[in-house]
Amino acid sequence: MAAFWNSLKPAIVLLVAFIFLGGVLYPMAVSGVSRVFFRDKADGSLIRLGTTVVGSRLIGQEFDDPKYFWGRLSATSPPYNGGASSGSNLGPTNPALTDEVRGRIKALKDADPANRAPVPVDLVTSSGSGLDPDISPAAAFYQEGRIARLRSLPRSALHALILRHVERPQGGLFGEPRVNVLELNLALDRISGPSAK
Amino acid sequence: MNAFMTGSDALQIVLFLGTVLGLAWPLGTYMARVFSGKPTLIGKILGPVERGLYRIAGVDPSRETDWKGYAVSLLVFNLFAFLFLFLLLLAQGHLPINPEKLPGTSVDLAFNTAGSWLTTTQWQSYAGESTMSYLTDMVGFTAIDFLGTATGLVVLLAFIRGVVRKNAQTIGNFWCDLTRSILYVLLPLSFVLAVLLVSQGVVQNLSPYRTVPLVSPIKDASGKPVTTQTLPMGPAASMVAIKQLGTNGGGFFNVNSAHPFENPTGLSDFLEMVAVLLIPAALCITYGAMVGSRRQGIMILSAMTILYVLALAVMIPAEQAGNPLLSKLGVDQGAHSGLLAQSGGNMEGKEVRFGAVNASLWISAITGTSNGSVNAMIDSFTPLGGLVALALMDLGEVVYGGVGTGVTGMLVFVIVAVFLAGLMVGRTPEYLGKKIEIFEMKMASLAILYMPVLVLLGTAVAVVSKAGIAGIENPGAHGFSEILYAFTSAANNNGSAFGGLSANTPFYNWILGFVLLLGRYLPVVFILAISGSLARKKHVPEGPGTLPTETPLFVSWLLFVILVVAALNFFPALSLGPVVEHLQMLTLAGVH
Repeated sequence: MAAFWNSLKPAIVLLVAFIFLGGVLYPMAVSGVSRVFFRDKADGSLIRLGTTVVGSRLIGQEFDDPKYFWGRLSATSPPYNGGASSGSNLGPTNPALTDEVRGRIKALKDADPANRAPVPVDLVTSSGSGLDPDISPAAAFYQEGRIARLRSLPRSALHALILRHVERPQGGLFGEPRVNVLELNLALDRISGPSAK
Repeated sequence: MNAFMTGSDALQIVLFLGTVLGLAWPLGTYMARVFSGKPTLIGKILGPVERGLYRIAGVDPSRETDWKGYAVSLLVFNLFAFLFLFLLLLAQGHLPINPEKLPGTSVDLAFNTAGSWLTTTQWQSYAGESTMSYLTDMVGFTAIDFLGTATGLVVLLAFIRGVVRKNAQTIGNFWCDLTRSILYVLLPLSFVLAVLLVSQGVVQNLSPYRTVPLVSPIKDASGKPVTTQTLPMGPAASMVAIKQLGTNGGGFFNVNSAHPFENPTGLSDFLEMVAVLLIPAALCITYGAMVGSRRQGIMILSAMTILYVLALAVMIPAEQAGNPLLSKLGVDQGAHSGLLAQSGGNMEGKEVRFGAVNASLWISAITGTSNGSVNAMIDSFTPLGGLVALALMDLGEVVYGGVGTGVTGMLVFVIVAVFLAGLMVGRTPEYLGKKIEIFEMKMASLAILYMPVLVLLGTAVAVVSKAGIAGIENPGAHGFSEILYAFTSAANNNGSAFGGLSANTPFYNWILGFVLLLGRYLPVVFILAISGSLARKKHVPEGPGTLPTETPLFVSWLLFVILVVAALNFFPALSLGPVVEHLQMLTLAGVH
């Protein structure tokens, strides 16, 4: 029992001390350094048009209009709900998964009946976060013909636009090649005007 | 170009393992200096803080205790920390730094979450962005991450003293070990990592959530127009850094490191993955240095690395091959580089910036260690991918393992392996000059067997109760896997999940809460007991009959013992879940 009583004071004092060090001082120090060096990043990598914030380059937005590039499927409700990130958590043999994939393939084909290319997998599956801002370059080029037709743009212009937005793995080493859908669509609106609502 | 995986992916695997093993050496050596009380640069700067803390806490750093005193101090400290977090969770609605006005949690959720955090499990049955205030994130979660991690680390330090000391009664001073772990190892590393993560886009602020207009308005499921999007905010980077370094794994947001604000780029993913394995791998080197035989540390590190590479060799091909049921629908799951690049594979539940290979590297790392953070949804992994995740936990979290607990877990298996080898040749087993006798063997057996008992009994209770079955999302064998995974994760203090299981119910919060508390403190007591017993023994000089424990032959024997123990315990349960589902998938796809 002596060990128990002797432990009370150090336990309480050190607990308070480490809650202060690890829970107040350390996060504040990280915030302080971040504000000086990476303010935009610490605040959420916001995209501004003039003075209005139109989104974050890290958080995807839902696009279901065929005149825009579509992103990943999102399992959140409504899709790309930044307030409630979630994956679908559907298992690989769950019929609900194959139904969802089938539905997306149908939507893609209905909007672009002439496209006979195999569908890139990231375009028909839900992301882990429900907020994935990216699609693969393959998934962007897959949609090139549809958007060129619906926006009456030359295909070559769209091809060049996508190419400009392809991000290679960082430093040639880290991560996978990708295209940021929100930035691509904002650029699309800049070259051909916002899609008719 | 069409390939099994892209060249860039292969390079990332090599680079990752190389970085972890390359950094393990200097960090391990540094920690050995810190914990042997030798001078270090950081020690010079923070020394006054350390001594100041001892003064106000009334700690005499020169006074050590026996293993029972050490265990009591550890448990008392953890109990107070538990109560603090438990009350904070209940009261957060009345406390400041809560711009989203989130209310206090239910009692069962507070119990489960407080236990989760203290035991480095971080089993999260709630969604962070819609449940926890910034105050809770900081003084609750971030601070307790340090304390839980340090608790695992000090048990290893006590064990090392047990091995090294001869005819000794004491195994160290808990308060000093705790303070040094946090001040000299965890805080400095976390600070550096947190700043690096902010540079990649991990958020770090105290702003309220932002509402932004959608570029192209949509309609929700009920047909109502949706014109805006919520952007969550918060002090995420400082929490993410320690959650990765401390094998804690508790995410700031619901989807953890799959969230773009928690893990925005390929580089942030790499840094977070390195952070998961870094300290557990480095502690092998620390162990070798402190017991005076670097080869002992390398032996343990090799055994862990071999198991990790074996796991990758199954998981990466399984995930990269994709889902055969989708191939039938005309979906292209191949890995391509060049103009039409895609990482391909089983992309359900995965993020494009990481792809299937980085998701597999990550999930193997966080299930082999007791980290449990995720960058992809394990519930949507292929049956073989999910099987590897379960199996890595079933080994008892020794594939690098938790901070401190990974090496001690491996050493328990070393004791069993030495004992079994001794039985075969009829000699008294010994390890590093200490005879392994009945007491050590009893404690080692308990330290191995408590886990399968908790997992299998817990799963059995859940699958025969209505409240247990009610949480299942996916039908059939996969539903069983969801429950098995939950108990495996809790008993091993892992915290990852087959996320489809609805676990924020009183049934799961209470039962998993008890399982994860037992899963932490039972082995802590067993291991401290072994340490105390070893410290009292005299040193036996090495003889011709001594089994060398730093040879490749012994590593093979050790691996054999680990795999046989896990297979005997878990083969039937794994067969009912992922193995059955794998066969079902092949049948549905028409492969058979």
